[in-house]
Amino acid sequence: MPSSTSIGTGYDLSNSVFSPDGRNFQVEYATKAVENGGTAIGIRCKDGVVLAVEKLIGSKLLVPGSNKRIASVDNHIGIACSGLVPDARHFTSRARSEASNWRKLYRSPIPISSMADAMGGYAQAYTLYSSVRPFGVTAIIGGMDEAGGPGLWMVEPSGVGWGYFGAATGRGRQAAKAELEKLPLPNITVEEAVKQAARIIYFAHDDNSKDKDFELEMTWVRLEKGSAEELEEGGATKGWGKHEEVPKELVAEAERLAKESMEGGGDEEMEE
Amino acid sequence: MESKPTGNLSIDGIHVDMEHLKKGEVNLGTSIMAALFDGGVILGADSRTTTGSYIANRVTDKLTQVHDTIWCCRSGSAADTQAIADIVHYYLQLYNVQNHEPPTTQVAASIFQELCYSNKDQLSAGMIIAGYDARRKGEVYSIPLGGSLHKQRYAIGGSGSTYIYGYCDANWKENMTEAECIEFVKGALAEAVKWDGSSGGVIRMVVLTERGAERKIFFPDESYKGNGQ
Repeated sequence: MPSSTSIGTGYDLSNSVFSPDGRNFQVEYATKAVENGGTAIGIRCKDGVVLAVEKLIGSKLLVPGSNKRIASVDNHIGIACSGLVPDARHFTSRARSEASNWRKLYRSPIPISSMADAMGGYAQAYTLYSSVRPFGVTAIIGGMDEAGGPGLWMVEPSGVGWGYFGAATGRGRQAAKAELEKLPLPNITVEEAVKQAARIIYFAHDDNSKDKDFELEMTWVRLEKGSAEELEEGGATKGWGKHEEVPKELVAEAERLAKESMEGGGDEEMEE
Repeated sequence: MESKPTGNLSIDGIHVDMEHLKKGEVNLGTSIMAALFDGGVILGADSRTTTGSYIANRVTDKLTQVHDTIWCCRSGSAADTQAIADIVHYYLQLYNVQNHEPPTTQVAASIFQELCYSNKDQLSAGMIIAGYDARRKGEVYSIPLGGSLHKQRYAIGGSGSTYIYGYCDANWKENMTEAECIEFVKGALAEAVKWDGSSGGVIRMVVLTERGAERKIFFPDESYKGNGQ
């Protein structure tokens, strides 16, 4: 982050201007915007991917379950965002175009790594010109494709995108990362990950935004039941997955367990 | 509005349009095919290229590589189909480096179709695409004149193919061995070459399996009975 000595030097006023020590402050400010967003996490499992966000609620007048933070950009890809909501909307809209263009040209769904590459390239272009600002968004891209199986990527405001077994961003990312590292990833199932994701979001919320209301939003990507392309290769399931909301009963059960583990006090591990 | 047909209307009322090609255009009045077998796919073609009634090339290679194990059979205008294959070859190379994985046969067929359909008014190209990849094994796609795309277990094309619909229907079997499939393709093309005046020369084949791509050639003076080298 810019030190107090760098503020007022003028190098942070415009995109595409480097400071003398080779930094781009606008990108760093965008990263700051993300750090204030609700926690978002992604878990890569052997048979799919789970995405979860802590949606902070600014008003009791908002309809519960509205204003979703996880978007479907194609049948098999979901994107969970943390940071500025309007930026995230534009970002996911672009991802939908990428997916749709790919289908038009190649008559097949886009692989997850290709989507992450495309979106990384798009975010990076917004660090280059003085007429634009970087995205105040870190996006977790999760999906499942035929060649690679489950895929989980995180694209940051700078445009870098890394592949992950477990990804976390937003306000509670440090606590969430610490919890994700304790899981035996990617060797857990989607069902197990749903419970862990709920627990981690509750844990991160307790750690960082205890005074605020929030809703847990959770989706998964996995093969549809009875899918013809289900194949086991080296432990990971491959095929085109389906991105959808986790069924209400499962979320309710996961939330019940999460609250229980909170009341159980501190670091107690939940076992299944 | 009455549209007047070009070409000559002969005395028996059969209309033969010999003017559909530009003067001197090189045509692949051709016999081509591709067929699946257990473990891969085989492409086959004759080797005759004509300009009108003149055989411009008697040892033409109509089997063209567009990626490691994705090939196509070309029929129609030699210039058009070569240009299309060149463009698809470029797209597939680009796909390979940009996405860090080789394109599937389906991706290749989709690009072929996009080119053939969107330029249908200016093209004379009938193509058969065949490829092998470890995940989906062998695949055959046919793109006839209008630019439609058909996934098939075997496909035949070119002027000579009209003579072998019956042969192929009678002799095609599901899950042939590699040797059986070579005999099937060779037998079908030998018939096509026998009956079609615009087909002839050697029979070329490309066998696509997990081993990669292997070429074969069979000569008319050996009655196409050689070992394919």
